[in-house]
Amino acid sequence: MASADTAVARPPREGLRFPLGGAALTRGAATLWISLIVLLPLAAVFSRAFDDGMGHFWEAITDKEAVAAIKLTLISSLIVVVINAVMGTLIAWVLVRDDFRGKRIVNSIIDLPFALPTIVAGLTLIALYGPNSPIGVHAAYTRAAVVMALLFVTLPFVVRSVQPVLLEVDREMEEAAASLGAPNHRIFRSIILPNLGPAIIAGVALAFARAVGEFGSLVLLTGNIPFKTQAASVYIFGRVQTNDLSGAAAVSVFLLAISVGLLFALNLFARWRSRHERA
Amino acid sequence: MSALSLRSRIGLRSVALFYLAALLIVPVGMIFYRTFEHGLSEPIDAVTSPEGLHAFWLTIVCVGIAVPLNTLFGVVTALVLVRQNFRGKALLNAAIDLPFAISPVVIGLALFLVYAPRNSWFGGWLADNGVQIIFSLPGMILATIFVSLPFVVREVMPVLQEIGTDQEEAAETLGATPWQTFWRVTLPAIRWGVTYGVVLATARALGEFGAVSVVAGNVSGAGGTQTLPLYVKDQFEGFSLAGAYAAALVLAVLAIAVLFSMNLLQRRSARVTDDEEDHDLPGPAVFVPQPIEKEA
Amino acid sequence: MAISVKNVTKRFGDFVALDDVSIDVPDGGLTALLGPSGSGKSTLLRVIAGLEQPDQGQVLISGEDNTATRVQDRNVGFVFQHYAAFKHMTVYDNIAFGLKIKGEGSGTIRERVRKLIDLVHLTGFEKRYPNQLSGGQRQRMALARALAVEPRVLLLDEPFGALDAKVREELRTWLRRLHDEVHVTTIFVTHDQEEAMDVAEQIIVMNDGKVEQSGGPRDLYEDPASEFVMSFVGPAHRLGEAWVRPHDVDIRHEPNGQTIEAMIQRIVHLGFEVRVELTLTDGDQFSVQLTRDDVDELELKEGQIVFVRPRSTRVFAPDGNGSKVTTQPEVP
Repeated sequence: MASADTAVARPPREGLRFPLGGAALTRGAATLWISLIVLLPLAAVFSRAFDDGMGHFWEAITDKEAVAAIKLTLISSLIVVVINAVMGTLIAWVLVRDDFRGKRIVNSIIDLPFALPTIVAGLTLIALYGPNSPIGVHAAYTRAAVVMALLFVTLPFVVRSVQPVLLEVDREMEEAAASLGAPNHRIFRSIILPNLGPAIIAGVALAFARAVGEFGSLVLLTGNIPFKTQAASVYIFGRVQTNDLSGAAAVSVFLLAISVGLLFALNLFARWRSRHERA
Repeated sequence: MSALSLRSRIGLRSVALFYLAALLIVPVGMIFYRTFEHGLSEPIDAVTSPEGLHAFWLTIVCVGIAVPLNTLFGVVTALVLVRQNFRGKALLNAAIDLPFAISPVVIGLALFLVYAPRNSWFGGWLADNGVQIIFSLPGMILATIFVSLPFVVREVMPVLQEIGTDQEEAAETLGATPWQTFWRVTLPAIRWGVTYGVVLATARALGEFGAVSVVAGNVSGAGGTQTLPLYVKDQFEGFSLAGAYAAALVLAVLAIAVLFSMNLLQRRSARVTDDEEDHDLPGPAVFVPQPIEKEA
Repeated sequence: MAISVKNVTKRFGDFVALDDVSIDVPDGGLTALLGPSGSGKSTLLRVIAGLEQPDQGQVLISGEDNTATRVQDRNVGFVFQHYAAFKHMTVYDNIAFGLKIKGEGSGTIRERVRKLIDLVHLTGFEKRYPNQLSGGQRQRMALARALAVEPRVLLLDEPFGALDAKVREELRTWLRRLHDEVHVTTIFVTHDQEEAMDVAEQIIVMNDGKVEQSGGPRDLYEDPASEFVMSFVGPAHRLGEAWVRPHDVDIRHEPNGQTIEAMIQRIVHLGFEVRVELTLTDGDQFSVQLTRDDVDELELKEGQIVFVRPRSTRVFAPDGNGSKVTTQPEVP
């Protein structure tokens, strides 16, 4: 598993020749690959967004439908990460501190949203909560559906972020607090939560970045009704289909700013933490 | 809190399990139910129809090209990031994480803007030379490569960190060439990281929907550009529910198989590297962005 | 009696950590639970604290049955081997924690914490975080934190185990002085026999989940109840069926009917004391402790054949019922 702090190793020694063609070649190849595959296309988006000038850009992101879609996406994502912060921590707690038959299986299932194609995720939710729901719940084509779909795809983030930290939390701190008379809820609040904080924040940030960009699970489940259940990603898709590429690019830039900005902030946060690591 | 009362424990457990059941377990279970609700023949027909098979085949092709390429470049990039120092390394490192943060639709749009036959950066020139990327297989492959890019890199980097350069230096003193060292010492040492990354990348590539949607243009049929996920959507919107569910089932089964192998691999590698004990539970799949720092 | 443990048994799965253990700790005393790893001493401490529940038996604190009381309500102070410091709180907040839980006023808290900080010699460190302190400082903070709530009894689980030898020694002395000042009933767990003898008034030796013997340091050393206690508390060697202390042995150059022949393998000079390592005729290894002067007088050299005469030996009855001491006055 990728750990949170990866420090760099020492620089190449003289005489330690770099394999696979040498240092420069591999460096060049890696850079070229990333640039070609990722950076180039991204640059195209930024370029197109501002191609027709700032005025046009501004128009595109203040379009009524766009604003509604963006608002829906942001608000739903916010709701979802709050729910995730609580439920994710709770689930992580149960997986680490509790013991019951089938816990192993439940633990593996947490990763299912990572492995399952988003379109299938939407389909599963529609099967259970859509118009043909066997339990009589008809949540499809509503805003609730948006929240539900986002909850599905962001489930693992907080759980997996908190679990390893919870495993490492010094049990003796809790015992010490108990011996000093602290009741359980106080122990959780004053001892455990502060130590879990950064992990929860990291999980929440990742979940949010994922939620604002989510597409596949929303496509079937929400009905994509403009001004009601149309998320920003679906709006962008619509713009592409009607060949309004600069409009699509403009809203894309907006979304990118949020999610990439969040990732960047998280990166900085991780760096800051490891520099001020408390023993 | 070792002395959490049994009642509270059961309470928390119930809440957690109920949440997971309602959100995850039952819905996925429904797929199995819905697929075979009206018998076996419909779903099997749908999946083995020319369109279904073609969609399956396309998916396999995309994954089959994207993942090996990303594995190769993933290992190289990991080596570069861990064993080299150069200006712009932090940037390169941050760029690796971008596919995690970008909406699939935006990815599709981005590729569109670079490669579309008209109104794009290179699309026109490519079209003049008979190369079609958008609305065609190459574009879908590019999209798949984009979304599955970071996994191998991110899984291999920490392993490279762990093992350090000692073994490689020892090999050098024994006369090995850089290639021999890489092939006989480095690669075996990182093989679990690589395998794990490959599994994760495959899962991601199999399930890619949004980017491929934009790029493929949704031409259905046996000659079309529908991967299996796109086929699911197409079938559903065309009210062929059996087909949709059947195809979704195939994808779900593949996903579960991936989960299973992830689990297996985790335990295998833990035993090999003598790391965590078997009771350590977490899955692998959350990536906290990797800061690259100078060692203190 | 401040603390009474009656017939406590504790199992972890198949492993029996405590087997029908009963101990008594006097009010205001300083007691050590001494034993090797796995002897059950830490488990016993945790049972007394309420961090573990016994399967059978009772725990009485100040005469009241506390067996079923939660750890939060027992008012015991517990100090852990690895400090269990609240990493995210300052030294001040760590120590104040128990008082805040109780709901004391901030004025009272400030006063109490200040006093304790001075007591443990951490004045000036109030705003520091645990990771900015040395091991010894962290442990002193942990002690202050435990004492802040004025516990009925202070329990320390291998408190100096994680520290350097020098710091350990300092803290040992310091703990004794602290106990003289504060007078709270104290029990500490250790596997270090020297530490127990140095610090404690009463030592309870444990092995394999049972109590082997309980008494003052001198009693345990001079009147061990079993082979285990004899060999664990103080150096001891077997001589056939008997046990003897290495400083209770003479070395002679001629036999005299009470001696055993041996060859000197090695003479180790440990400052004032000298340890002479020998091999007996039957092949067993043995060592004798002499003073420098003795060795010079006898002109002992490596490789010499000499004769060892135990002045006093102890044979333990096989049924575990005591032992017989044989003292041999020197035959002229």
